[in-house]
Amino acid sequence: MKSSGAHTGTGNWLLQRATAVMLALVLPGLMSYFLTAVPLDFAGWQALFAPLWLRVLMLLASLALALHAWVGMRDIFMDYVHPIGLRLALYLAVIVTLAASVAWLAAVLWSVA
Amino acid sequence: MKPVARPVYLNLFRIHLPLAGWVSILHRVSGALLFVALPLAVWVLSVSLANEAGFRRIAGWLTHPLGKLVLLLLIAAFAQHLFAGLRHLALDAHWGVGLHRARQGSLAVMLASAGVTVLAAWKLFA
Repeated sequence: MKSSGAHTGTGNWLLQRATAVMLALVLPGLMSYFLTAVPLDFAGWQALFAPLWLRVLMLLASLALALHAWVGMRDIFMDYVHPIGLRLALYLAVIVTLAASVAWLAAVLWSVA
Repeated sequence: MKPVARPVYLNLFRIHLPLAGWVSILHRVSGALLFVALPLAVWVLSVSLANEAGFRRIAGWLTHPLGKLVLLLLIAAFAQHLFAGLRHLALDAHWGVGLHRARQGSLAVMLASAGVTVLAAWKLFA
């Protein structure tokens, strides 16, 4: 059973790869930014999130992550979940989880400054 | 036309996967795990940045052995997913596709993610 039209596979494949490259470049950089700063106290922890470029970078990375995770979770459900109603419900749950995570992260990041 | 009936044999304890098969299924499992971890990570971040008490609470969790174990599991999942993903990108570019090179690549993915995990375990628990 096909739940998507022709040609969408190539677009998803490209999206998955493009976001993978972005994440492979950005996430290790972000991790080293935080790891070189620990151990620290609460004020120091908050100060790490002060630079605007860092908050913008984290938000962009989370957007790339959400798109990447969407393609991956969709692939998993297409392979293992065959009842179409259940599969669509799982798609919806993934989309809501990812969108809420990105929006929540934005709110958290911009509540610090 | 009726499809030819093929034998179905799905006893997970009797299936012997080649190394590339293990890399593949672990890539999938680690990806699903990281998906589940994303909202939890945002929640942890929000609590830790909200106020001094929240920061202390999260710091307490992350210094607890159980918290460290969860963190180590996520680090292992991330490392496996990253290295297996890089291998995928190489395969997309037709690099390392032959049987021998594909096995070498799979071994490199397993060794690199095991190395990162051991290093993280040493930093966390030693």
